Amino acid sequence: MQGLHIHGIHHAYGDTDVLNNVSLTVPAGELVCLLGPSGCGKTTLLRIAAGLEKLQAGSISIDESVVAEPGLELPPEDRKIGFMFQDYALFPHLTIRDNVSFGLFRQSKQAARDRAMEMLEQVGLTRHADDYPHMLSGGQQQRVALARALAPAPRLVLLDEPFSGLDSNMRARIRQETLTMLKQTNVATLMVTHDPREAMFMSDRIKVMGANGQVLQSGRPVDIYYKPVDEYVARLFGPVNMIEGPVAGGRLETSFGPVDSEDIPDGQIMRVLIRLEGLSLHYHSGAPTDVPVDVLTAHLLGDSSIVHIRMREGPNKGVEYRARVHGSFDPTAHGQVWARVDPRCIFQYPNPEDGR
Amino acid sequence: MTTQPVLNPSDGLPGKPGTRRGNGAFWRDGWTYGALAIAGLAALPILAVIFIAFTPGDDIWSHLATTVLPGYIITTLQLMAGVGAGTLLIGVSAAWLITMCRFPGRRLFEWAMLLPMAMPAYVIAYVYTDILEFAGPVQEMLRDTFGWNNRRDYWFPEIRSTGGAMAMLTLVLYPYVYLLARAAFLEQSVGVLEASRSLGRGPWRSFFTVALPLARPGIVIGVSFALMETLNDFGTVDFFAVNTFTQGIFDVWMNMNNIAGAAQLASVLLLFVAVLVLSERYARRRQRFHHTTSKYQPLPAYHLGGVRGGLATAFCAVTVLLGFGLPTIVLLAYARQYFDPVLAREILGHAVNSVQLAALAGFLAMVVAIILAYSVRIKGGRLLTAISRMAAFGYAVPGAVLAVGVMVVLGQFDNRLDGFMRDSFGISTGLLFSGTIAAVTFGYLVRFLALSLGTVEAGLGKITPSMDGAARSLGRGALGTMYRIHLPLMRGSVLTAVLLVFVDCMKELPMTIILRPFNFQTLATFVHQYASDEQLGEAALAALSIVMVGILPVILLSLVIAKSRPGEDL
Repeated sequence: MQGLHIHGIHHAYGDTDVLNNVSLTVPAGELVCLLGPSGCGKTTLLRIAAGLEKLQAGSISIDESVVAEPGLELPPEDRKIGFMFQDYALFPHLTIRDNVSFGLFRQSKQAARDRAMEMLEQVGLTRHADDYPHMLSGGQQQRVALARALAPAPRLVLLDEPFSGLDSNMRARIRQETLTMLKQTNVATLMVTHDPREAMFMSDRIKVMGANGQVLQSGRPVDIYYKPVDEYVARLFGPVNMIEGPVAGGRLETSFGPVDSEDIPDGQIMRVLIRLEGLSLHYHSGAPTDVPVDVLTAHLLGDSSIVHIRMREGPNKGVEYRARVHGSFDPTAHGQVWARVDPRCIFQYPNPEDGR
Repeated sequence: MTTQPVLNPSDGLPGKPGTRRGNGAFWRDGWTYGALAIAGLAALPILAVIFIAFTPGDDIWSHLATTVLPGYIITTLQLMAGVGAGTLLIGVSAAWLITMCRFPGRRLFEWAMLLPMAMPAYVIAYVYTDILEFAGPVQEMLRDTFGWNNRRDYWFPEIRSTGGAMAMLTLVLYPYVYLLARAAFLEQSVGVLEASRSLGRGPWRSFFTVALPLARPGIVIGVSFALMETLNDFGTVDFFAVNTFTQGIFDVWMNMNNIAGAAQLASVLLLFVAVLVLSERYARRRQRFHHTTSKYQPLPAYHLGGVRGGLATAFCAVTVLLGFGLPTIVLLAYARQYFDPVLAREILGHAVNSVQLAALAGFLAMVVAIILAYSVRIKGGRLLTAISRMAAFGYAVPGAVLAVGVMVVLGQFDNRLDGFMRDSFGISTGLLFSGTIAAVTFGYLVRFLALSLGTVEAGLGKITPSMDGAARSLGRGALGTMYRIHLPLMRGSVLTAVLLVFVDCMKELPMTIILRPFNFQTLATFVHQYASDEQLGEAALAALSIVMVGILPVILLSLVIAKSRPGEDL
């Protein structure tokens, strides 16, 4: 199969493991994201794949030919990859055109020039062909870096936090443009980011990495978001409401109704997490599980609002939760408010402090 | 660091069948081997000196120990103590005045204090001897004024003495301490000084209890450099007949023709050097912890007015005048007075020799420095870092010691080669390298490599590693990347590296004297020869040329200083 295969990578700096038995596959035309906190080794994995960091254990192959394994280390220049650096690493002493054609030295001058201009046209920067990198804005520099990485038609593209240097408005636009270009070229892409939303937007599949360099979960964005394997992965996508309690009779009672805990022995303390967007607020009770709540405050964020609510009745009367709702929310507009939970956004895990 | 191998364990193994071994592989290993070879060559002369010194043979250790050695040790220690104290006093005072105080002429002195660096110690020694000796203008004027007739009528300090040598060396070496002390004061957080003042300590007590201790690592480094140069000096002590180690090595080598004895003296001298290097390294390590803050704030200025301002100006002015102004004026006057077209043509020939030799050494040192610095960059690892450190060790070793080592190494090599060629082919190659330009160049390289290495390393360090990654991932090999990315980006550093080595080679005396081909003169050896014969007038033009070349790095340094003070007031 065409694309990138990484198998069983271990990597350590001194006594510290930064990558722990990491394996992944990126087929041609797909984009896979490594998502994790800074220092979790995701950039190291990218650099090992590129040949910029020496492989310690495991193997890497691109388009079915091995590029690194114990006893073999193809230097980066022989791997036919495109690497986009966090700081873009544009060569300051070369014009934009010369930057883009830097990797095309095996072609004739004219062919390299044509290809560079073709790439610049794709990213809309033909006007700047003779400018130098420092004359361009951050977004333009990012586009040049992308054009430069794609110009030699690499077998694999590696992106290291490619949008972190851009302001948020620019970021959304460049993200879309980059994704479009990558999909057009049908190349295998491995990207590193610490921004879960970016990962969701860009990837076909996501690998969530933990602080100890292990892959915690991999899957489609929708799987990671709706079926997080543990509390850490669940919390990656933002704040959550947390409820703790013992299992009784195969279920756990929460303010928002029982949660099914069939396989878990009675008495085990479980932790239930509900995404803020998993709670919706309604002015009329539409389902039997809806619970009446008091609204305390509402903070408008623009596209959504964070609303503080308090249980109005029941055994958990007085307990407070937070909900994220679309648009603005006026707590004083209507009388009674009901909260409803989206069963896809409620997860339960064993309490980490519970020794059993 | 347990699992990070310095060398890939698989290096040198054939690639698996069916997989392609990178064609860059040889080169990537070539870098390591190249660095190793360079470091080995650079270490060879020093190792040779130690080896010869401890080879049992005609043992003159005991002879040396009972005769000249105690004298050499005492004189050298005296000289070091004097120069250390002198450079410390002048360098630190000047640095403090110029960074922390405001007085007339401060901006000018900021760079002018560096001018004496351009003056080789031996040149200023010749000039002051000429002025201050019995027949010189100063004593003559005194005699005329007071009606004295001969030496017994009055006392005048003898310039050709240990004290005189101390004064000469101090006058041209204090800029090392000034530079490093100044940098240390500039780095200090204003906050700690202000805190000290707010806690009730006056400016003087704050200086001694806060500023000076914080700047101590930098000052120690500066003094170490000055003392290394003191140990290196040959021209001054030779002329003043001060019996230091360097002088002794020359004596044993040139006059007694005793290699083993010279090597033994040289290895004792290496102990002195080792102490200096260790104290410098130690100070560098401590420097990190002494770094109080990186926050930049304009330094507060003590405005010195009236008498105190005048004193500050006078102190700086007199120092620069003695270390640079006066000798330059004297040399200019002599050069005019003794100008002679025939002599000038001869000097021009020597100048061409000097320039060619220095340019060759500067260029080679730059190439070697790039190989070393670049292999550390692309291969990394502790081994290579240690190798490059070792290759740069020569900067601390006095020229006379290195010269002895180079002679021994090349002599051995020439003899072996000659023997081999005679046995195998019946051809005698004779002494192929000994007493050639190659020998001098080799000596220069070993001694001055540190200068170009430091400059190139600094230049490379400013290029972010992702540049390398970008070029490599775009298909350029290590060499191609260096050629297309690093060299263009650090052109300035590369030129500086060449220039620094060039200038020091132009000034270099002891190694040139020992290693040069027969009858081969450079400007430095010419000046030494004529001035030693009390013919300073004839040597003035050549000496002046050396000084003029020496001003180049001073200009460079002042440009760096000018750039390093954005935000400072004035």
